[in-house]
Amino acid sequence: MRQDVRIVIIGGGPAGLAAAAAAAEQGVPVGDILIIERDDKLGGILNQCIHNGFGLHTFREELTGPEYAQRYIDLVEKDEIPYLLNTIVVDISKSKEAAPCGGHAGAAKNASRGYKTVTAMNSTDGMIQIRAEAVILAMGCRERPRGALNIPGYRPAGIYTAGTAQRFVNIEGRMPGREVVILGSGDIGLIMARRMTLEGAKVKVVAELMPYSGGLKRNIVQCLDDFGIPLKLSHTVVDIRGRDRVEGVTIAEVGPDRKPIPGTEEYYSCDTLLLSCGLIPENELSDGLGVGMNPVTNGPKVNESLETDVPGVFACGNVLHVHDLVDYVSEEATAAGACAARYVLEEETGAAGKQETGAADKPVTITATDGVRYTVPVSIHVDRMQETQRIRFRVGAVYRDAAIEVDFDGRPFRTWKKRIMAPGEMEQVILTKKDLAAAKGLRNITIRVVQGG
Amino acid sequence: MYDVLIIGAGVTGCAVARELSRYRLRTAVLERGSDVCEGTSKANSGIAHAGYDAKPGSWKARMNVAGSKMMEALSRELSFPYERNGSLVLAFSEEDRQTLEALAAQGRENGVEGLTVISGDAARQKEPNLSPDVVCALWAPTGGIVDPFLLTIALAENAKANGVEFFLNTEVLSISQTTGESGHYYVITTKAADGSEQRWETRAVVNAAGVHADVFHNMVSEDKIHIVARKGEYLLMDKKTKGFVHSTIFQCPTKMGKGVLVTPTLHGNLLIGPTAVDVEDKEAVNTTEQGLSEVLRKAGLFARQLPTRQVITSFAGLRAHEDGSDFILGEPEDAENFYDAAGIESPGLTSAPAIGAHLSGLIAEKLRAVANETFDGHREGIPCVATATEEEREALVRRNPLYANVVCRCELVTEGEIVDAIRRPVGARTLDGIKRRVRAGMGRCQAGFCTPRQVEILARELGVEQGEITKHGRGSELLVGYTKNVQDTPHAVEERTHAAAVTGAAGAVDSRDEVCGEGGNHAANAACSTGETVCRKDSEQFGGKFGANREGDA
Repeated sequence: MRQDVRIVIIGGGPAGLAAAAAAAEQGVPVGDILIIERDDKLGGILNQCIHNGFGLHTFREELTGPEYAQRYIDLVEKDEIPYLLNTIVVDISKSKEAAPCGGHAGAAKNASRGYKTVTAMNSTDGMIQIRAEAVILAMGCRERPRGALNIPGYRPAGIYTAGTAQRFVNIEGRMPGREVVILGSGDIGLIMARRMTLEGAKVKVVAELMPYSGGLKRNIVQCLDDFGIPLKLSHTVVDIRGRDRVEGVTIAEVGPDRKPIPGTEEYYSCDTLLLSCGLIPENELSDGLGVGMNPVTNGPKVNESLETDVPGVFACGNVLHVHDLVDYVSEEATAAGACAARYVLEEETGAAGKQETGAADKPVTITATDGVRYTVPVSIHVDRMQETQRIRFRVGAVYRDAAIEVDFDGRPFRTWKKRIMAPGEMEQVILTKKDLAAAKGLRNITIRVVQGG
Repeated sequence: MYDVLIIGAGVTGCAVARELSRYRLRTAVLERGSDVCEGTSKANSGIAHAGYDAKPGSWKARMNVAGSKMMEALSRELSFPYERNGSLVLAFSEEDRQTLEALAAQGRENGVEGLTVISGDAARQKEPNLSPDVVCALWAPTGGIVDPFLLTIALAENAKANGVEFFLNTEVLSISQTTGESGHYYVITTKAADGSEQRWETRAVVNAAGVHADVFHNMVSEDKIHIVARKGEYLLMDKKTKGFVHSTIFQCPTKMGKGVLVTPTLHGNLLIGPTAVDVEDKEAVNTTEQGLSEVLRKAGLFARQLPTRQVITSFAGLRAHEDGSDFILGEPEDAENFYDAAGIESPGLTSAPAIGAHLSGLIAEKLRAVANETFDGHREGIPCVATATEEEREALVRRNPLYANVVCRCELVTEGEIVDAIRRPVGARTLDGIKRRVRAGMGRCQAGFCTPRQVEILARELGVEQGEITKHGRGSELLVGYTKNVQDTPHAVEERTHAAAVTGAAGAVDSRDEVCGEGGNHAANAACSTGETVCRKDSEQFGGKFGANREGDA
């Protein structure tokens, strides 16, 4: 099967749905948008997140994951944006040939830009080739497995990532275990500590390698504290016992070098070890396309338009950087959808000249330093930015009563006081176009943590 | 009455079985595990060694060189991945250089072709990531890599297709010679169905029991042997490391073995290891902090910037090391018709085809077996969507739409391939069985996403309840029951009752294996087809009821 569209969105989770709705709202004809989803329904991982707490920012309501997803599915359905389910994208490649959208007014002018070919497959259409002017990467992320953590011991049944356990419990109605130890305090692990407890399992302990939790404060309180589940910071699993099914694990305290301290070992009998040790953006397709990646986030490097270094390829949601709240995913994806829409529409509206000049201008680069681990975006074309620009980042440690300082070409521009910052929560600063335009000849913006601010 | 009973469905047992299927003999393989390739064969370096390591004249040297020469043709005949990528043994000092020269001389005496000692620079030209400290290297162009799972599984499938019976979950407890003139053996095993004892009578026994081969040998012979389990730990890296090295790279050998190696796998991963530590417990396949650190440290010496952050899994295997340090092949003097394949440690994988040919030749002669005219040595592999061209994919999907349902995203494994793996002769019954046949769950997320889907497909294909699906056989069940609001639904209750009725005796998966086996008892060829039949359960009804429940949840 072959098809030509203007924007193809890879992933029908919260990011892909919001991006599609935004592109449609910006005026891209819905028939020129296509969402490709590998699962048998839209909504992505939210479908298995049946706990509440979603949408507080976006809808001022406490929704469950499926309810939150449904709001965006409804938008897509209402607009009649086409989507393919049970369809997996196996490759994205760029071509220098002319863009294919012959039926559109802007097509001829857009010809110089080339297009992307998305190869996908499903059981109804077989192999599918889709040519598109713009691609929005919205593939989400996956969990870090046991192997990547180098936990020694046996390899029995009963070791699951928290998300796999969540799927078994919430979708399949099955219990993966009765006596549980959790390694890692990522949000899914915390949520599953509560969920397994509510289902009658005994969650004995949550061990976290770092001296701070990887999850949201509210989840520590609502999922562990409220159920009397101990959280052991600076602890890790040093042995897994049981040849066939997990029989127990040994937990030890780690020193500042994160190596186990001999003599601190403690054995917990259990039949299940859940892992919640970090999420990794799923960028196999981005890699294949040759998109420039940020080694800190494991996601693409993007500019103010959430566009990667491959023109016409945009990224949003957890494939770009792992988010703490889905509300921010939706917000970011809405921006990505709008930018992709502008990208495909701008030649039609005669904005091409501006685009070309803008591209020639060197963008302002953004440097993360002194406790700021990364930023999204990493660069800004001032002429292309919206009135305000959100810059998201995470810090590398827990900071109390500190501040975020933004420097313009080495000169302090502004600071924001922060009572507490932690690696488990995303931070942001908002810069305005006015400010950036006023700083003539601006080359670099630096974002850092200032202690005792 | 059997002509030959083979103890152990590892690579050696399966190779002997496949070679014996060239004759009109009633042969069965008895395997303790829930699948073939469950012991040493599943956890090793996957190297088809050139054959310079072993002492000239030893069984190891003879079988290794012969096996290495057979491997390429066999890989085509049986469709398993094999590649001659060449091996390098590194020298870091002048002393090492002498060791390499001695190795090269030994290799030539063993009949290994093309061995040369090359300079450090020449080695770095072949492998740019090699350490600058490498002084020189032994280059063995006939060294290769092989997929140890698929080699074993291909041998087993082909053996079964040619009439050999396989009995899984069947542990040999004792062997004794029958009284009387016949010289036959009685083999007592556990019965897969219910664990009760079962007695088999056979004209000949092949002892291919890996680390446990000494136990069986010592049951029939006064000439005692002793096997120690020598543990080797490994780390496997992401396919992103593809191209880091092209050949298999060894350190200079030591008394304990070939030392740590760095090798690409046939699927584009990088494998480093193994350690070599003798352990008391012959089941201790656990990795250790010390072992993994040692591998990382030693392999780190080989190369600049070993991509250690790309580790996706680690594992340990046990070598069957006999005190005499050589393979023990053939009949002990005091136990006629009992054929040892004992002490099969490295280069056992490479040697397996040669050992199979050697032992089956001896047995056929002794039993005066005649050729099996219907023998077909060809095996078609399971299609691999991940490596197929777009046209091939298109054709596969047209043949069976399930080849487009991707279950394992990391390795791009489809439902069609998983169903094939289950329906094959000696098909997969467990998650690990699927993984070894079609690589589902072998990738960077290590089955995080696909475990629930695989459980569902296995249960559907085997006609059992999801709760009975295991990782690697009885005791390794993946699920322990239902959630609160599901456990009392009529469907769940019905399933529980059904499961209790079956597991009360045995466990449904096992009893199904037994059904295959008993089919074989009556007619070997019927067993082949039984292996491919599958019970179906209405999966729609299944999904439907849970689906309804989910709605209620939300």
